[in-house]
Amino acid sequence: MHLRTGRRAGLYLAVAVGGFRRYAAYGVATAAGVFTNTAFGFIVACTYMALWAERPGLGGYDQGQALAFVWVSQSMLAACALLGGGFQEEVQERIRTGDIAVDLYRPADLQLWWLAADLGRAAFQLLGRGLVPLVAGALVFPLALPADPVRWLLFLGSVLLGLVVSFALRWLLALSAFWLLDGSGVNLVAVVASVFFSGMLLPLTVFPGGFGELVRVLPWAAILQVPLDVLLGRHAGAAEVWRALGFQAVWALLLLGAGRLVQSAATRKVVVQGG
Amino acid sequence: MAEEVLVPAARRDAEPIRRAFGAGAAGWWGRAGAGLRGYRLIVGMWIRSTMAYRASFVLAVCGNAAITFLDFVAISIMFTHVDALGGFTLPETALLYGSASASLGLADLLLGSSERIGSRIRDGSLDTMLVRPVPVLAQVAADRFALRRVGRVVQGLAVLAWAVSRLEVEWTAAKVLLLPVMVVAGAAIFAAVLVAGAAFQFVAGDAAEVQNSFTYGGNTMLQYPPTVFAKELLRGVTFVVPLAFVNWLPALYVLGRPDPLGLPDWAAFASPAVALALFVPASLAWRAGLRSYRSTGS
Repeated sequence: MHLRTGRRAGLYLAVAVGGFRRYAAYGVATAAGVFTNTAFGFIVACTYMALWAERPGLGGYDQGQALAFVWVSQSMLAACALLGGGFQEEVQERIRTGDIAVDLYRPADLQLWWLAADLGRAAFQLLGRGLVPLVAGALVFPLALPADPVRWLLFLGSVLLGLVVSFALRWLLALSAFWLLDGSGVNLVAVVASVFFSGMLLPLTVFPGGFGELVRVLPWAAILQVPLDVLLGRHAGAAEVWRALGFQAVWALLLLGAGRLVQSAATRKVVVQGG
Repeated sequence: MAEEVLVPAARRDAEPIRRAFGAGAAGWWGRAGAGLRGYRLIVGMWIRSTMAYRASFVLAVCGNAAITFLDFVAISIMFTHVDALGGFTLPETALLYGSASASLGLADLLLGSSERIGSRIRDGSLDTMLVRPVPVLAQVAADRFALRRVGRVVQGLAVLAWAVSRLEVEWTAAKVLLLPVMVVAGAAIFAAVLVAGAAFQFVAGDAAEVQNSFTYGGNTMLQYPPTVFAKELLRGVTFVVPLAFVNWLPALYVLGRPDPLGLPDWAAFASPAVALALFVPASLAWRAGLRSYRSTGS
């Protein structure tokens, strides 16, 4: 039994490493992405500087924290796949062509397989697309980044949970192709939602009134806003930090569970053409 | 290279078709005419194919408009906390937002498909475009023409109209005329950037994303008042990649505000000339790119 679990873990680790290496193979594309993230970082940072100069302390951040918010979120953008990218289009295409049947045959769990591959991808993009923009931003702007290593560790944990939430949402998106066949419509809607509700356009703490309270408890908040708040130390005390991580974990489990339910419904109805 | 090697025989065979397209009358005008006709035919084909799935099309247009509108919602949320950003009010910012959005939307609608050239180069299907009797740029621009992109244009124009209705500006004939000129010339400037971006993909196909910094990144920048940005950044988008002429300079004239870089008033009217001037290096780059194209072979 133990041997089996060990072999299983080894399998998913190998899939994750494969995901990492697959994206690491495109050096020029990565450099181009870094360039774009950095360019956007400069533009958004300038607008936030003007906004926070006008209203210091807006959303509970001082200007240094707001600038850190911009640059860290640009660094996380590719990893969180907020603008699309990642695995969902590929799975949709496999469902459309029927290749998914091969995946269902494999002696591995479908959802865990793709989760591992996506986490491998995200790990590469966090390093390959995240570090350089962050360093560039820190060189030019006064970012209020914490010096406390514990905070950074908590941040990494929170990022991991955010990545799982991001995966779980996109897994539902991918499975929608079992019914819709063409995923381009839902993918577009999903990008709209994730760009707006993740805090990428504007920190969710700046959203006004009841609408603001609503967007802060939606799953998209768990992807970007919560990790950034953990890093910037907006949570007073350890208890609140753990509550934030718990919020992410609850969404991760709920959405992964929903994914499994949808998956079992989908595989019951799957009919593959050809022979 | 490939054009010279591959094409002669095919060109000969294609001669009747070329004449049908009016391309037989050699020279630049003949070529441009053939390009436009070819473009129109290919675009018509893609629109008919899109309309086969009308509900899906309507959804996609709405999705497109919604995704760009959320940018404006974010700006509006900013203005619930402040009265002015960089000294600009919400209607003034909306003028910038609407014009930049409409210009990029138009350019993206007409030429945005040229982004796909990278995958055409990778899988070698650009070869088939070389032997067709229509200029390659027209084919590339019309490739999988996406009418749904009209969503961004409509949304940009709607915000622009709202801004104009709210602005307290003393309208003169010059200012009124400048509005449509600004949107069209702005679209032409973005279009030149798209052509240059397509040419760049001949050299570095994997680096296609760099183009987004200038199109989407430029658009994001132009949506905000120029006073928000550092002088170095402003100089870059005025003198290096002259995106400031898309809407900042004309809009500053309309609003009666001075240019932060101290450019004279007539610069507000220079956008069409800048667009024309930009097309020279862009089309030279495109030609150089196409000439350097070597098929992937098979």
